[in-house]
Amino acid sequence: MITAALEEREHYLNASYGLKSWLLTKDHKRIALLYLGTITLFFALGGLFATMIRIELLTPQPDLVSSETYNKLFTMHGVIMVFLFLVPSIPATLGNFFLPIMIGAKDLAFPKLNLLSWYLLVAGGLCTLGAMFAGGVDTGWTFYTPYSSTYSNTYVIATALGIFIAGFSSILTGLNFIVTVHRMRAPGMTWFRLPLFVWSNYATSLIMVLGTPVLAVTILLVGCERLFHIGIFDPALGGDPVLFQHMFWFYSHPAVYIMVLPGMGVVSELVATFSRKRVFGYGFVAFSSVAIAVLGFLVWGHHLFVSGQSVYAGMVFSFLSYFVAVPSAIKVFNWTATLYKGSISYDTPMLYAFGFIGLFTMGGLTGLFLAALGIDVHVTDTYFVVAHFHYIMVGGTLMAYLGGMHYWWPKMTGRMYPEGWAKLSALVVFLGFNLTFFPQFVLGYLGMPRRYHVYPPEFQVLHVMSTAGASVLAVGYLMPLVYFLWSLRYGKLAPANPWGATGLEWQTSSPPPTHNFEEPPVVTHEAYDFAALLEEAQVG
Amino acid sequence: MSEHIDSIKTYTLIFLALLALTFITSTVAYIDLGPLNIVVALVIAVTKMLLVALFFMHVRYSTKLTKIVVAGGLLWLAILLLLTMADFVSRGWLAGT
Amino acid sequence: MASANPLALREQFDTAAQQKDASVLAMWIFLVTEIMFFGGLFLAYTAYRSFYPEVFGAASRTLSATIGAVNTAVLLTSSYTMVLAVRAAQKGSRKALIWFLILTMIFGTVFLGVKAYEWHEKFVEHHVPGPSFHLEGEPLQGQAQLFFSLYFAMTGLHALHMVVGMGIMTVMTWRAWLGRFNADYYTPIDVAGLYWHFVDVIWIFLFPLLYLIDRHVPK
Ligand SMILES: [Cu+2]
Repeated sequence: MITAALEEREHYLNASYGLKSWLLTKDHKRIALLYLGTITLFFALGGLFATMIRIELLTPQPDLVSSETYNKLFTMHGVIMVFLFLVPSIPATLGNFFLPIMIGAKDLAFPKLNLLSWYLLVAGGLCTLGAMFAGGVDTGWTFYTPYSSTYSNTYVIATALGIFIAGFSSILTGLNFIVTVHRMRAPGMTWFRLPLFVWSNYATSLIMVLGTPVLAVTILLVGCERLFHIGIFDPALGGDPVLFQHMFWFYSHPAVYIMVLPGMGVVSELVATFSRKRVFGYGFVAFSSVAIAVLGFLVWGHHLFVSGQSVYAGMVFSFLSYFVAVPSAIKVFNWTATLYKGSISYDTPMLYAFGFIGLFTMGGLTGLFLAALGIDVHVTDTYFVVAHFHYIMVGGTLMAYLGGMHYWWPKMTGRMYPEGWAKLSALVVFLGFNLTFFPQFVLGYLGMPRRYHVYPPEFQVLHVMSTAGASVLAVGYLMPLVYFLWSLRYGKLAPANPWGATGLEWQTSSPPPTHNFEEPPVVTHEAYDFAALLEEAQVG
Repeated sequence: MSEHIDSIKTYTLIFLALLALTFITSTVAYIDLGPLNIVVALVIAVTKMLLVALFFMHVRYSTKLTKIVVAGGLLWLAILLLLTMADFVSRGWLAGT
Repeated sequence: MASANPLALREQFDTAAQQKDASVLAMWIFLVTEIMFFGGLFLAYTAYRSFYPEVFGAASRTLSATIGAVNTAVLLTSSYTMVLAVRAAQKGSRKALIWFLILTMIFGTVFLGVKAYEWHEKFVEHHVPGPSFHLEGEPLQGQAQLFFSLYFAMTGLHALHMVVGMGIMTVMTWRAWLGRFNADYYTPIDVAGLYWHFVDVIWIFLFPLLYLIDRHVPK
């Protein structure tokens, strides 16, 4: 039942109908929704593999799957979640939808390229999924040579090709965002009036553009090595497998910031809106995004501490890794300082933002443990590492993604979600997450290695806790899926600015018209200027 | 916007310079300069790159942003090469192997 | 959107200048991604050359530096005709533009032909990595294969970029033939030129690295 009020006005959703109007759309908002559907499917599939992993780990014996299958399960979980869900997640959906609106543009600079990016993600995804249905791949998401290039007899090439293609989707998105921020800003929208979400997506795009091509050529070489036996990384010919690790982590460490920087941008928006205050130290938060992007490229060697890398290089990389903590800490301090004396409201997006700040801090601090050469040698390849990066990627990125989805859902769909259920889901996700991953810190510290499905019986209690937590987490993720879909039909109609937020996206109607604004906007004040918003409301 | 158009003469001179540099680098390669051979070859290659970029690709009178983009790309290539080579070069330092 | 130039102003842009700026910036950013893409190969080359300088020198000496130098000159000539094509576009001279684009493609084809001849030679000489690989008088066959693996990876990807460039030039020639460009609107030619010159720059580095290292050692 679509109500008359919504029907009266033309907006991007009812501007045209039919499958073709979606599959050939050039509207960044529609493309964002295409991405949303696609990555939700990938997330569900990656989650399915995670579920099977957690069920297998309930007991110390192998009961559900064989060793070979288990290897494939954690590989496919990692590949799907990293390359097909986390990397595109916030930039391709929320970024795609809101970056142009937030800077007052009609669209991204290259709408056709934007659509092509989505098709590339789909093509890469299909290629990867094809490999999985054909029999899977067992190298781990890291594809370390010479196992991946010489010994594994699973579908490495097809999976690598899928990642290669999806990588180009990421590169084109980054390129599009950078050009858009440079060239498409509305009159008056200076760099230091940009919302922090735009800054963080800009920084993310820099990493996509500078890092992804190196991953592309690396997996291309692995593919050639398997296909033609040319042996770039083959020790039998004098090649060096550690060179592969250098090239792989040159992308894959910064890729962590591709995943978390957009989340930081979302949290900056949420903290400002729901404290009704300008983000404390706006300039520092903005520059810290760029600083993270730059410094993130200087630390990759901390993944190679036990690989045969020179100890001197190890020391340098360990030392450099600490520098990334500085801009990350600046953000956490400034969010906290923003809350101080703010008039805080505890709406669902804000609950997720709180969850992000806490979990990201834990993930970040345990990252410092791992960056310390001495400690890392002790906990390398244990569940400590697994817990650490899940705190960043799930506790950080996914919390921010869900927070952002709740925050902008009314704008994207024109409908409100049920607040009570949403608050409950935020709580369930937070509790489920901690129950899943906190025990893994302990497990890892006690010596449980990652990527094994058989383990000594004394670890079972902690594994059972973790699996129980995963079940709670699954419920927490299913709830938003259900009530978001429900709200499309039965949700209350959303006003243009339900949160009393600043930002251009709240000045256009919900959902926005095809070219985002009825009148081309002119920006006259800085971001998060709640006083000006209040004045305008009184005048208007 | 005013578009800068170079003369055919400028382009021809740059082209001839590029050909000359190609000839020089090919010839010098046969003279034994010890470790300097690779240095000379790379200096000539960088010179040729600069000629192509500055004149043929119009970097000379393009925006500051374009210059930053080009410099940034080269800087990131340097990061990739230098930090990785830092590992390979220093591996033998321990225990004099 | 009212504009002085009705040609090809897409609706997301307000002015032709904004559109041109965006396209040129996008091409430069794309070229940066290409630098990093080839950068991985340059890294592998640098690492292995530092590991095995003698083997790399010996393997390099089996390539013909003369053919390499001549082909470099051919490619530089194609860049020269390309920049003249851009100049013709700036001046709004349709005929000169078409001719210079065709010349660029001819020199590009010559380059690829010479490259194909060189690769063919490698096959005949068993210098292609794989089971039948053999480099005469070289005790370290594996390391020699590394050189040729990189040789084929680097020249192969470079040639692939040339082929893509030829495709772009064909489209540009066709559009120039249809009269789609004038002195006010020639951004695609400009951007295609940037790409072509970039591919040239890659070769400017491949030539000394692959063909000219350790030439002076008498063999
Ligand atoms: Cu890392």
